[in-house]
Amino acid sequence: MSTTTAPASRPRGPGALRSGIRRNLTAYGFLCGALICFAFFSWYPMVQEVLLSFQRTNFVDEPTWVGWANFRTVAEDAAFADAWLNTIAFTGLALVFGYVVPFVAAIVLNELRHAKAYLRFVVYLPVMLPPAVAVLLFKWFYDPGAGLFNQILDLAHLPALSWLDSTDTALISLVIVSTWMNLGTGTLIYLAALQSIPGELYEAAELDGAGLFKRVWHVTIPQTKLILLVMLLLQIVATMQVFIEPYLLTGGGPENATLTVAYLMYQYAFNFGDFGGGGALGLMLMVVLMVFSAFYLRLSRDNQS
Amino acid sequence: MPKVTVRPDRPATAPPPEPAPPKTRRRSRRARASAAEPREFRSLVSPHTLNTPRGRLIYWTVLTCVVVVFTAVFVFPLYWMVTGALKTPEELAQIPPGFFPSSLDFGVYAEAWEQLDLGLFLTNTVVYAGGAWLLTLAFDVSAAYALSKLRPVLGKAVLGMMLSTLMIPPMVILLPAYLTVKELPILGWDLLNTPWAIWLPAAANGFFVFLLKRFFDSIPRELLEAAQIDGASAGRILWSIVLPVSRPILGVVSILSVVNVWKDFVWPLLVLPDGEKMTISVGIASLAARMPQNVMIASLVIASIPTMVVFLLFQRSIMAGLTAGSLKG
Repeated sequence: MSTTTAPASRPRGPGALRSGIRRNLTAYGFLCGALICFAFFSWYPMVQEVLLSFQRTNFVDEPTWVGWANFRTVAEDAAFADAWLNTIAFTGLALVFGYVVPFVAAIVLNELRHAKAYLRFVVYLPVMLPPAVAVLLFKWFYDPGAGLFNQILDLAHLPALSWLDSTDTALISLVIVSTWMNLGTGTLIYLAALQSIPGELYEAAELDGAGLFKRVWHVTIPQTKLILLVMLLLQIVATMQVFIEPYLLTGGGPENATLTVAYLMYQYAFNFGDFGGGGALGLMLMVVLMVFSAFYLRLSRDNQS
Repeated sequence: MPKVTVRPDRPATAPPPEPAPPKTRRRSRRARASAAEPREFRSLVSPHTLNTPRGRLIYWTVLTCVVVVFTAVFVFPLYWMVTGALKTPEELAQIPPGFFPSSLDFGVYAEAWEQLDLGLFLTNTVVYAGGAWLLTLAFDVSAAYALSKLRPVLGKAVLGMMLSTLMIPPMVILLPAYLTVKELPILGWDLLNTPWAIWLPAAANGFFVFLLKRFFDSIPRELLEAAQIDGASAGRILWSIVLPVSRPILGVVSILSVVNVWKDFVWPLLVLPDGEKMTISVGIASLAARMPQNVMIASLVIASIPTMVVFLLFQRSIMAGLTAGSLKG
């Protein structure tokens, strides 16, 4: 953003003021559509989110200020701790798979000389599915009876799993869907990053006697460090908002094993009719995520300049 | 693809025994075949290693494994979906499952179309995505143009405020955004169950404004100044000069905005609860449980066709958007 204003280039003199006003009016004329949309659907809700969490709202009377009461209600809910722990567990697991696997896949793809276009195409296929379709598809695969996954386990003479129906496996089942859906994006981004690494670095490392893994460790990773960091933050922010998987697959069950903060927030608002409680949860999530978002924006801006 | 024609028939030219290091990094798991190509850029594994018989063996093994695994993981589920729809409910419940459906009767797709009213849902989704696309282009392009070329007072602050919305993950302002749509402040309009509930919020996209503005910044000033001297108005300059040269970025923004709306689930779930107004994703999700399994799967197939077609048609722009979107641009 090197748009330094150059006052000298603007005309000075008697007509300057009028033309300046005209230019600004034109500019704001062009801006007004976007400004209205942003004001109503981004900026106002940001403010409203804070107000909502400190108010009791029943949509009949004027909202009343209740201080921290909403936060207390939510925190005393037995489901509160479950929701946070599940969200953290989900994010952690999704990182282990969704972060490491695409990076490794990208490194391998980058070395291959054949079928590259095919592999790139294929890895991005699930990303193009509407998420609801992908999730419902996996719901069918997870079916404990004739579902694909248990059939495969059966073919391999392994015991069937109850996937979504057991507290042990439900969360990991959600992570699997989520990873499958999103893996392609990361892979392609890493692939683009890997292609910009100068080959001489590998050559030099090799001359110094660095083996394959050493080269990855001392060349590939340092060279892609910024992108790795940015993607890490992006992924944390994205996965902590997980909603559609528990909504469509498990409804938060069994025994809250897949209840996430975003889903609990939805429940508070639309099942219990408590928008204040939902707002409080949303605000907590916002505070946590903004820390990561702020780092992310910072880093991606550094990266750009 | 085209530039790797030299590879397998090249063993004879690779005889010079490798110097010192190779013995230690024999573990290298993949290899590159087109070593002979001088312009080829060097990556992790040296071309040299690859040209040894052993390197080539490892390369082809790894290649085969990767192709098989990727196909199994990413294509097979889709194959299973398309053929699963063609199976009868009895076949679906059968253990072990048949790899091919016993008969190819595409009637189930027609049935899904009828029973789930997919035509209506698809039309709805097209209307939402199309309107969102038009509004996004209209609002975000003109905003970016104003910020980039007209440079109004407080322009930087406005841009900063727009970019700040990128820091707010959509899920955390879900409830207040829903309440806003339910009763628009000041105006008091109820936008629930109207396309505006999708269109207007979709147009408030800080990322698109940012992408467009950066592209417009790169258009040389002289071009615009020349037009200005000829007496062209700001609108005219935007339409006749800026837009024609911005086709690549407009393509990227268009595809991203359409795909965003098409794939969204939570927002349409909340703001379009009426069964007649639902998008295809929400419609299928809400009706799926009541349908026979093969009909439900057929509807999933139908729902994924449009996004797949978009992907096939615009693969290049989507990839461009992806990398622009992430970090480098």
